[in-house]
Amino acid sequence: MKKTERIAGNVAGYVDDRTGAAKWLRKNLTKVFPDHWSFMLGEIVLYSFIILLLSGTFLTFWFDPSQRDVIYQGSYEPLKNIEMSASYASTLHISFDVRGGLLMRQIHHWAALIFMAGMIAHLMRIFFTGAFRKPREANWLIGVGLVTLGIVEGFLGYSLPDDLLSGTGIRIAEAIIQALPVVGSYLAFFAFGGAFPGHVFIPRIYTVHVLLLPGIFLALITVHLMLVWYQKHTQYPGPGRTEKNVVGYPLMPIYMAKAGGFFFIVFGVTAFLGAVASINPIWLYGPYNPGQISAGSQPDFYMGWLDGLVRMAPPIETHAFGHTISWNILIPGLIVPGILFTLMALYPFIESWMTGDKSEHHLLDRPRNNPNRTAIGAMSLSFILVVLINGGNDIIATHFALTINQIMWFTRIGVLVIPPLVFVITKRICLSLQRADREKVLHGRETGRLVMLPHGEFIEVHEELTPAQKFTLTQHEQREALDVPATDSNGVLNPQGLKGKIRARFSQAHVEQVAAPTQTEAKALESGHH
Amino acid sequence: MSNEIAKFQDPGLPEHVHRKSDVDPKAADRAERQVAVLFVLSALSTVLAIYSYIFIPDDRFFFLPIMGDTNAHQLGLGLGMAFALLFIGLGLVHWAKTLMPDTEVIAERHEFRSPDEDRAEFVSTVKTQAGAAGLGRRSLIKRTLGLALGISALTPLVLLRDLGPLPKKELEKTSWKKGTRLVTDPGNRPIRPEDLEVGAVAQVLPELVEGQERTLADIGKDAVLLIRLRPSEFQLDAERLSWTHDGIIAFSKICSHMGCAVALYEQQTKHLLCPCHQSTFDVTRAAKVIFGPSARPLPQLAITVDNDGYLVAQQPFTESVGPSYWERSS
Repeated sequence: MKKTERIAGNVAGYVDDRTGAAKWLRKNLTKVFPDHWSFMLGEIVLYSFIILLLSGTFLTFWFDPSQRDVIYQGSYEPLKNIEMSASYASTLHISFDVRGGLLMRQIHHWAALIFMAGMIAHLMRIFFTGAFRKPREANWLIGVGLVTLGIVEGFLGYSLPDDLLSGTGIRIAEAIIQALPVVGSYLAFFAFGGAFPGHVFIPRIYTVHVLLLPGIFLALITVHLMLVWYQKHTQYPGPGRTEKNVVGYPLMPIYMAKAGGFFFIVFGVTAFLGAVASINPIWLYGPYNPGQISAGSQPDFYMGWLDGLVRMAPPIETHAFGHTISWNILIPGLIVPGILFTLMALYPFIESWMTGDKSEHHLLDRPRNNPNRTAIGAMSLSFILVVLINGGNDIIATHFALTINQIMWFTRIGVLVIPPLVFVITKRICLSLQRADREKVLHGRETGRLVMLPHGEFIEVHEELTPAQKFTLTQHEQREALDVPATDSNGVLNPQGLKGKIRARFSQAHVEQVAAPTQTEAKALESGHH
Repeated sequence: MSNEIAKFQDPGLPEHVHRKSDVDPKAADRAERQVAVLFVLSALSTVLAIYSYIFIPDDRFFFLPIMGDTNAHQLGLGLGMAFALLFIGLGLVHWAKTLMPDTEVIAERHEFRSPDEDRAEFVSTVKTQAGAAGLGRRSLIKRTLGLALGISALTPLVLLRDLGPLPKKELEKTSWKKGTRLVTDPGNRPIRPEDLEVGAVAQVLPELVEGQERTLADIGKDAVLLIRLRPSEFQLDAERLSWTHDGIIAFSKICSHMGCAVALYEQQTKHLLCPCHQSTFDVTRAAKVIFGPSARPLPQLAITVDNDGYLVAQQPFTESVGPSYWERSS
């Protein structure tokens, strides 16, 4: 022990003499992090990003990002002597002739799916608990940026093998570029070095996929984590937890072991999936040929909602003055996703404008205590889910013996009808849950234990909550609606105009809630009983 | 009695409950052994992975329930790696949960907002420094700098110009010309009408001129689908009917929506369906769109037979094939 201590001391001394890091490290090694399972969602994303970097680097050693024609001579018999691009041939080589190559390909693809699913789950956690509120708006924006880039990065990644399925995806991407008014065909010709598919697109997106975007990811993730570190983690409400403190465990040793261990668990689970669950078997699809296609062509799940939107678009094109505008591509491919992501990015600012809430928040909301926000989130999810269903309409049709027309019309109508319904229902559910909380605090928890009183009456025994439980259920702040002054100091009617009215209306909707019970009420109730 | 409404009070952090391993040295030893076992299992899994890599040939398959025929090399390597990682993780977490201190700690948050005097000083510093540089007064400098910066962004854009050629009329043209023979794909054999039975479908391409090579970009515009119906089944105007030959009708196979290959032909309904976005075209009515997002019918290729009895194009396509674009005139 003595010797190791001395060596460690020397190393630390060496570093501190040159950087003065000891002070910073002393403070930060015992930095406190709150504990909750939902805080691990972001960790999953971070770890799968590392897995993607490792497995992706492995794949680059054999992958040949080129669209030059080669005749396949590898060990996969069914494709022998067939003409294909070097990128498809090298992907076959990795899959069949590099030991562990298929495993790594599958780990890489599974990690990409986990990366995207983890980001979406993490984003939902942040949204529904209100963790995006001041002072964390910047981190929300970075997160939205990461999700957006993740979709692009994933699409480029599965496009690289140049198989029949992914080539079809590129074909659709090209059609979206080509549909842009005025500049579309120029941009398409520049991107593809001429007419689709050309010979330069795969090498170009390869650079973007393995260098440009991962670099941007690395930078954004670094800032994202530094902000989490600096602003300290949010925490769920509970006894002893306030806006002014963080309750949890120190980084060293608990979180080093837990978070480090969790990295290995995520890697292990991803490797397990790569070992037993086949994904993207490109050898079954064949090389890309624009004159061929396979039935049931499906993108990865994070692109599915976009595909679903494109599928349900009404067949509208404008032909005027010798020009064409393809609304059937622009609306579902660019305009709707653009609006959705802009609204998502701006949501923290929209909410703060609606509620007039400009204060700092470090305690998380229970989703039920902010019914309007929870309903907005559920509404958005239902929208995505409906269009995602339409993205798989051909698969659903064959599996459930429906016609594509039925599913298409269901989702075309559903995409307009279901989200508002979900909004209303979610809001009512939240308010009911608030009522249930109120009931529990004031009258205790139903135990399910029935007791017969001496005079024959049956009652159910209610058990009083502990002070800690009562506090947790009632600690949240209940805001009041913003007032719109009817006249200003000079007697001018409604000085804020329509904007003020709209804001007041939003604010009213946002504060709709069941009054949280108070100690005073509980006391009054008690004295009434006796 | 005051009318003040009292909220429920914060009872503070609950008292710390000791784990078994905190109070019972035997339980702690047991936990230590459990962690050690997990780490040993990880090491064994690594041995399995390396053994599989070296000693199991990669062409050996065996049957596993649910998974079917499974490659032993891949499975041994993968599972070895997976469990090697998984057991390290489980061991670390188990160690943290049973043996590391689990007392909750409270840390205070610091306020982000700087004191008012710092903020005021910041503003005045910026003002004086900017003032010293003359940013406020010397508007000529500001404007010309803005111009220079703005216009310098054009260079990288201009530099990207050579990414590709201008589209010119490329999107309008295909290889089909008057008299071009239709040849099978694959095979490149010319076709006679009698090669196609009623109800049959064939993918065809334009015959190659001597010395010409077919690129994927050519196929992306030239691919054509031949379908043979009974002539009485067509509901076409006179012009379009004259573009068919003896019940054989030819359409561009490249979807008028987003350019996928329209490859699904339903023989019973005589509908063509694009597997990408389910645009559905009625073959009997010149590929009119009857369902889905496509806004235009598939372009029809006028065909006839040449003197040798082979199917040929009467004329090039009369409109651009494939997805729409700004310069498309119809």
